[in-house]
Amino acid sequence: MKDLLKYLKNYKLQSVLAPLFKLLEASFELFIPLVVASVIDKINGFYGGAVSSGEATRYVLYMCLILVALGIVGLISAVSAQFFAAKAAVGFSKELRSDLFSKVQSLSYKDIDNLGTSAMITRMTSDVNQIQTGVNLVLRLFMRSPFIVFGAMIMAFVLNVTAGWVLAATIAVLFVVVFAIMIVTIPMYKKSQGYLDKVTASTRETLVGSRVVRAFCKEEEEIAENKRRNQRLYSAQKSVGAISALMNPLTYAIINVGIIALVYAGAIKVNTDPSFTQGQVVALYNYMSQILVELIKLANLIITVTKCFASADRVNEILVMQPSIIRGGAASPIPGAAFIEFDNVSMRYASGGACALENISFSVEKGQTIGVIGGTGSGKTTLVNLIPHFYDVCGGEVRINGVNVNSLSDEQLLSSCKIVPQHAVLFKGTIRDNLKWGNESATDDEIMEAVDCACAADVIGAKSGGLDEQVEQGGKNFSGGQRQRLTIARAMVGKPQILILDDSASALDYATDARLRKNLRTLDYSPTVFIVSQRTSSIRHADKILVLDSGRLVGVGTHDELLVTCGAYKEIYNLQYAGEGA
Amino acid sequence: MANSIPPKVILKRVLRQLKGYGAEIALSVLFALITVAGNLLVPIFIGNAIDCIIAAGRVDFDKIYVYFALIGATVGVTAIAQWLLSFINNHITFSVVKNLRGQAFAHIQVLPLSYIDGHSYGDVVSRCIADVEQFADGLLLGFTQLFTGVLTILGTLVLMAIYNWIIALAVFFITPLSLFIARFISSRTYKLFKKTSAIRGEQTAFIEEMIGNLKVVKAFGREDENKSKFDDINGELTKASLSSIFYSSLTNPCTRFVNAIVYAAVALSGALTLIYPSVLPVAFGIGKLTTLLGYSNQYTKPFNEISEVITEFQNAIACAGRVYEFIDSPAQIPDSLGAATLENVNGNVEFCGVDFSYEEDKPLIKNLNIRAGAGKRIAIVGPTGCGKTTLINLLMRFYDPQSGSIMVDGKDTKEVTRKSLRKCYGMVLQDTWLKSGTVLENITMGKPSATREEAEQAARATFAHNFIIQLPNGYDTVIGEDGGNLSQGQKQLLCITRIMLCLPPMLILDEATSSIDTRTELKIQQAFRKLMEGRTSFIVAHRLSTIKEADLILAMKDGKILEQGTHEELMAKGGFYCNLYNSQFAS
Repeated sequence: MKDLLKYLKNYKLQSVLAPLFKLLEASFELFIPLVVASVIDKINGFYGGAVSSGEATRYVLYMCLILVALGIVGLISAVSAQFFAAKAAVGFSKELRSDLFSKVQSLSYKDIDNLGTSAMITRMTSDVNQIQTGVNLVLRLFMRSPFIVFGAMIMAFVLNVTAGWVLAATIAVLFVVVFAIMIVTIPMYKKSQGYLDKVTASTRETLVGSRVVRAFCKEEEEIAENKRRNQRLYSAQKSVGAISALMNPLTYAIINVGIIALVYAGAIKVNTDPSFTQGQVVALYNYMSQILVELIKLANLIITVTKCFASADRVNEILVMQPSIIRGGAASPIPGAAFIEFDNVSMRYASGGACALENISFSVEKGQTIGVIGGTGSGKTTLVNLIPHFYDVCGGEVRINGVNVNSLSDEQLLSSCKIVPQHAVLFKGTIRDNLKWGNESATDDEIMEAVDCACAADVIGAKSGGLDEQVEQGGKNFSGGQRQRLTIARAMVGKPQILILDDSASALDYATDARLRKNLRTLDYSPTVFIVSQRTSSIRHADKILVLDSGRLVGVGTHDELLVTCGAYKEIYNLQYAGEGA
Repeated sequence: MANSIPPKVILKRVLRQLKGYGAEIALSVLFALITVAGNLLVPIFIGNAIDCIIAAGRVDFDKIYVYFALIGATVGVTAIAQWLLSFINNHITFSVVKNLRGQAFAHIQVLPLSYIDGHSYGDVVSRCIADVEQFADGLLLGFTQLFTGVLTILGTLVLMAIYNWIIALAVFFITPLSLFIARFISSRTYKLFKKTSAIRGEQTAFIEEMIGNLKVVKAFGREDENKSKFDDINGELTKASLSSIFYSSLTNPCTRFVNAIVYAAVALSGALTLIYPSVLPVAFGIGKLTTLLGYSNQYTKPFNEISEVITEFQNAIACAGRVYEFIDSPAQIPDSLGAATLENVNGNVEFCGVDFSYEEDKPLIKNLNIRAGAGKRIAIVGPTGCGKTTLINLLMRFYDPQSGSIMVDGKDTKEVTRKSLRKCYGMVLQDTWLKSGTVLENITMGKPSATREEAEQAARATFAHNFIIQLPNGYDTVIGEDGGNLSQGQKQLLCITRIMLCLPPMLILDEATSSIDTRTELKIQQAFRKLMEGRTSFIVAHRLSTIKEADLILAMKDGKILEQGTHEELMAKGGFYCNLYNSQFAS
């Protein structure tokens, strides 16, 4: 949390003013019982004949005006305090969130893999919100609640030492009880939330699997199972409810026992000490009633702050991260070198883990089409991700135009190399917005050229808005195949020198897939194309096919060559064309 | 979706749902009465006790002890009643909600598939869970706070009037101020909160989109554009949350202010009546003033609670409406009364003049006739999205045709029970679905009586045994929601094993298109082949071998069956299938 305090820097004034005004409000509240006590004593004085009725009336009027004035001043202080606290907390979280977003965006692929996207998202959303709530509450309450609780106790001590001790003891007992109940119930609430999550999960499961459930006639069993889960949830909710329901009666009883003790102490004191008055007993009683509300607030505050600290730690973990990839400055190509060259490249995701790629060497000429094939986990995606330096290699070198990719700048790499990822994602916005990711300054003609080439013209044609058609979040309003074609078009809008299709035609039917490959061959800017696929049909016409098996390059060559030289390739081919060969 | 049930009707239904809890509700009311009475009595006793403390030497200890005993007893009874009140209210609420949840879940099982396909899972889940929870919260709050709150306010006013009608009058006139302020703040904050949460939702969606796909963002170098867009939303969020947080935090200070005014009014009118006692019929003392001051301290609390309860309760009614709407959605047409049970099926399947469409105005299948003899293989081919699943939907009676009939062994499937029909089919879909549970539980899903040996035997037959025993706990490995860590191919093997164990006479198989590594793929093909021996099989086919070996090919496009026949027949025809074949498989 300490490291995050710097985000309050621009809100120093507010962070000081908020608690200060709260303090002011609280101190005014502590005066009220004293004012009432003095009124009562004045009336007793009038009863005793020491004060005239006119004087008593004036005094009462005056004191009640003071009460109203105290209320108004209290209101103004409180409103100012709330404003400053909100301002500081909101500003704090704004700057924190902004920094966090920049930091996350600067992370490398490896860091993303390590952290996991869902962890990053929760940290940016719920954790930051939790911290914001914590900061806001702390600014508002960390002065007020303790001040009222302990202020009331001190006032009681000033009035009467015995009464002070009674109040102190009551506060201690209340504190213990409130915390004990909270400590017992919080894990129980978590458990009951866990059961609720299970019921939610099973509801979802039965919906998603409704066809299978019915195919196996498992409807009754599903209901019975849900009944069990539901019953568990019910019992958990009931038992935690029973315990947390103790809070009100117990605190109520404790406070009233305290009041009895207080009145008793007051009675003894009044009986023996003529300077101690009935009004003061009433004041003590009033102090006792003030503490309960604030004590419960204090306990809640402590719990919120604990949660806030945990969130702060998680957020800080990201803020202190250093991106694990350092991009080079601009480097100029070395004439005569191969266009792309893998020189004995090895790569592993986690240090100490198994190699994802081992001793890979091959070179590619400009304009060639390269097929990459192999089973799941054979390292195909890893291989193509090394070309734009998304990961660092752990041995060997990847070179473009003879220059190690590590010394190429971000700009150089990303403008010349476009990738179509395995998972076809589109972003919220128009189709045009999405396609312009490939090249911000592309004209509609250039965009449509790419669209035609990616066989996506009919996707756009089918939408009434054309290029202006809205894409929903995640591209939900497009089918898998439509999304894939649009992501291919997106990469081609930039006319990249290197185009990488990472298993990005899997949702296309064979005919479209074939048409796409034909279009790629006839592009006027003749890019170097990498096609990653599980299907031999997608890559059989490539100039060079790389066959991967468990991270090793087990075959390089054309389709016909590999059928002769590479057993693994032949196995895959035979499997997919078994019918034809027979 | 618009809430079509009017609130009054919903309320009536909620009350009907509470009918079975008559005794509990009576007890709840009783304990609420005791609690409120206790809460109001204690300050009176305290005031009386304070009245016994007048000055040095003038303290009546005997009387004080009596009052102490009264306070102690009242507090004890009140505390117990308070706890019992909460306990009973919890009991009523949680039982009602448990039953509602169970009802909603059971309804899922009888919903027609068209409902499930037509609604997002999120929507249904939120009706069954979130809405039910919200309803519970509102109900509980209503029970615990509404009744006691109203009683407390009335009791306070009555007691104040008895003790000192001037004070009561003063309090009575200040009360609307509190209501007015509470209403002003809550209506104001509600709008602001809605706006804030809308912007927050936008921001979260943006974060999910951009951070969730950070790799793509980085691959296209879009960090700067995203940052500036993020900062825009962030700025808006900051503005909106500042006002919503600020306005909502005004509630407490304002309440305290109203409290202070009420307090001052009680003090003023109380003190003045002490000085000029002639106007009051009942003797008023300092102790009574203390009592009333005590009341005024707790007087505004129920007001705030009630306004909170009312908002919460309106919300709860809306949620209950959504739940009822879901429960009321029509169930599938039940099996006809005299429906026969399909038994000892040979596997002759016949479509006779079947018309079918998902939406009435968009006809899809017209006059479809297919004849699949026992033990035959029927391959369904076509480009993606051609509607191959429609046939599966009809075969399994997930949907019923509008006209025409589908016969199994000469019996119209409409005349037999869905269960017995479905038991005759083994279905392996491409989007594999596994239950969260152990591997063994999943395999034996179709035949719970199977022994472990039988399950292992089936797994050996489908080549799943090897990978299963490599799992951490073998057959007892618990697989999480949606298959957990298993690969797509492994999941499919488990689904095949599931069928292999119960061996129904007819099969529906969906070949995977991609993303399965070659060795697993080989095993799946072998497993499929074994499974199909001697069974009528409908296969959504992608593999050339499967298609060529089929006895009947159905070539589909845009939900319609364009051609049917054997490979040779269709090739000779030179139509749609022939084109499809040439573009897919010829090189």
